[in-house]
Amino acid sequence: MVQRAAHALRRLRLPPEGPPGPSRAAFWRSPLRGPWLTTTLGLLLLPLVIVVAVTGFVSHAAYQPDLGANAIVDRAHDLQLLIFGWPSRPTWLYAANQGVHVTVGFVAIPLLLAKLWSVIPRLFAWPPLRSPAQALERLSLLGLVGGAAFQFATGVVNAQLYYPFHFNFVVAHYYGAWVFLAALAVHLVVKLPVMRRAYREHGAWRPLRDDLARTRAEAYEPGGLASPRPAAPTMSRRGLLAMVGGAAGALAVVTAGQSIGGPLRRLAVLAPRGGALGPGPNDFPINKTAAAARVTPALVDASWRLQVQGARTLALSRADLLALRQTSAELPIACVEGWSTTQRWSGVRLADLAALAGVPAARMLHVASVQPRGVLRRATLGHAQIHDDEALLALRVNGADLSLDHGYPARIIVPALPGVHCTKWVGTLEFL
Amino acid sequence: MRRWRRVYGSSPLHLAAHLVAFAVAAYALRQALGGRGARDVVVWIVAGALLHDLVLVPAYSAADRLASLATRGRVRVLNHVRVPAVIAGVLLLVYFPLILARAPGNVQRATGHRPADYGLRWLIITAALFAASALLYAARVTATAAGARRRRRP
Repeated sequence: MVQRAAHALRRLRLPPEGPPGPSRAAFWRSPLRGPWLTTTLGLLLLPLVIVVAVTGFVSHAAYQPDLGANAIVDRAHDLQLLIFGWPSRPTWLYAANQGVHVTVGFVAIPLLLAKLWSVIPRLFAWPPLRSPAQALERLSLLGLVGGAAFQFATGVVNAQLYYPFHFNFVVAHYYGAWVFLAALAVHLVVKLPVMRRAYREHGAWRPLRDDLARTRAEAYEPGGLASPRPAAPTMSRRGLLAMVGGAAGALAVVTAGQSIGGPLRRLAVLAPRGGALGPGPNDFPINKTAAAARVTPALVDASWRLQVQGARTLALSRADLLALRQTSAELPIACVEGWSTTQRWSGVRLADLAALAGVPAARMLHVASVQPRGVLRRATLGHAQIHDDEALLALRVNGADLSLDHGYPARIIVPALPGVHCTKWVGTLEFL
Repeated sequence: MRRWRRVYGSSPLHLAAHLVAFAVAAYALRQALGGRGARDVVVWIVAGALLHDLVLVPAYSAADRLASLATRGRVRVLNHVRVPAVIAGVLLLVYFPLILARAPGNVQRATGHRPADYGLRWLIITAALFAASALLYAARVTATAAGARRRRRP
């Protein structure tokens, strides 16, 4: 069958040259394109992609999809072998993971664009299908380029609260990663010999020593990346890499501050949660306002009671909670979208509430918000989260009552826990 | 083995690696398409690749060609335009939802604040990049001229 298909392909007798235009090698004039440049861009991009992929899978684990109804991606089909009990230490674990995931993802974009620019002649290669092997390779490149575009584009718009699609972002971004990484793995296997040859011929560093006057095109080979009639260079290879690095650096400057905080926050002028903070105790970023969650003041007025369930059931008013032993802790709240901020929270330790409910060795805690509907209004916490000394049902922040937008009358704040699992406007705590 | 290579075009390992990758990708795609908005997933994957390859790359290549023609022979001017344009362009490409205020309602509902004027901020950054590049160019031209004068009168 395969043999017959291959014969049929050969019998097609395509003209040896493609139609005039991009399918002809001479259409492409850049003197910088070639195996060395593409190899170098690929090797610069690869570690960034690995970092983004690893932090992405770690974030998936941080949601503790094995507990309660935490899983957003169906746990039976999520392909992820490594799910572990999410720790509560170090406190900055999730903030760092997400800051790295989002910032490195943004910073990788100029490198990805340059890499795609360097190989664009191959998209129009003639003949379009030479052999079954090449046909498979082209199909895998569709997964690679389409998958990369999908992952970076959905990640970037999601971090900016722009959702021009109907799919669930978490589900699509998660499975998109598998498509992209599968195609990337096979691409690396196929291209490793090409990369080794490029570095053997040119050395890893030698082309970087060439200034503009000494910049020469790489040798043309039919079916390769270099041009058969290169134009005079207008930029050296190191100049091109510096320009790409400059764009990556600019993205880092306007983005990273929303995760790192401190004086850098002011520099994050394009990031959605960047810029200077106000002076008040509650003037730090919010993931979701009370209005967006349809939490009205009436839902959390003086008649609000916290339902605590365990071996016994209690209903506690805010005054009751304030009368219990108060603990305060300096903890970050970190969003999956990458931003985070560290504040001084105070309230009742979850372990104290577990003891009060008669389950001092509780292994699980279901938290539900009074938020009437919408996603992530409930979360399940594990053993590490309940028993950390700084895991709190917070009532106050920076010496003031929580504002309604920050979860008044009470919210969860637990070290290293994803922000969306630090439920606001808590209505029920069920210890198991 | 030689016959396999002639018919298939590469080694059996090549085929095996591709089949494994396709199996994983097909499984993940099936899962992604099982949820809501399946049509959008397909549209986004295909449109992403097409927009990049057939719109973005030709557009910036044409712009670069125009800039090259306009500064013909004066390579240094070209790069003093090219570098700030590329950096500002990448910032716009990545941050266009905020810069072009695509979802101000979402920002207000999520953050509790009216969105900042990201468009103005981007314009200021762009102006600063071009200004810095122009200053650098002026400095380099002056230094070259001074060097040439020194060489003429040792």
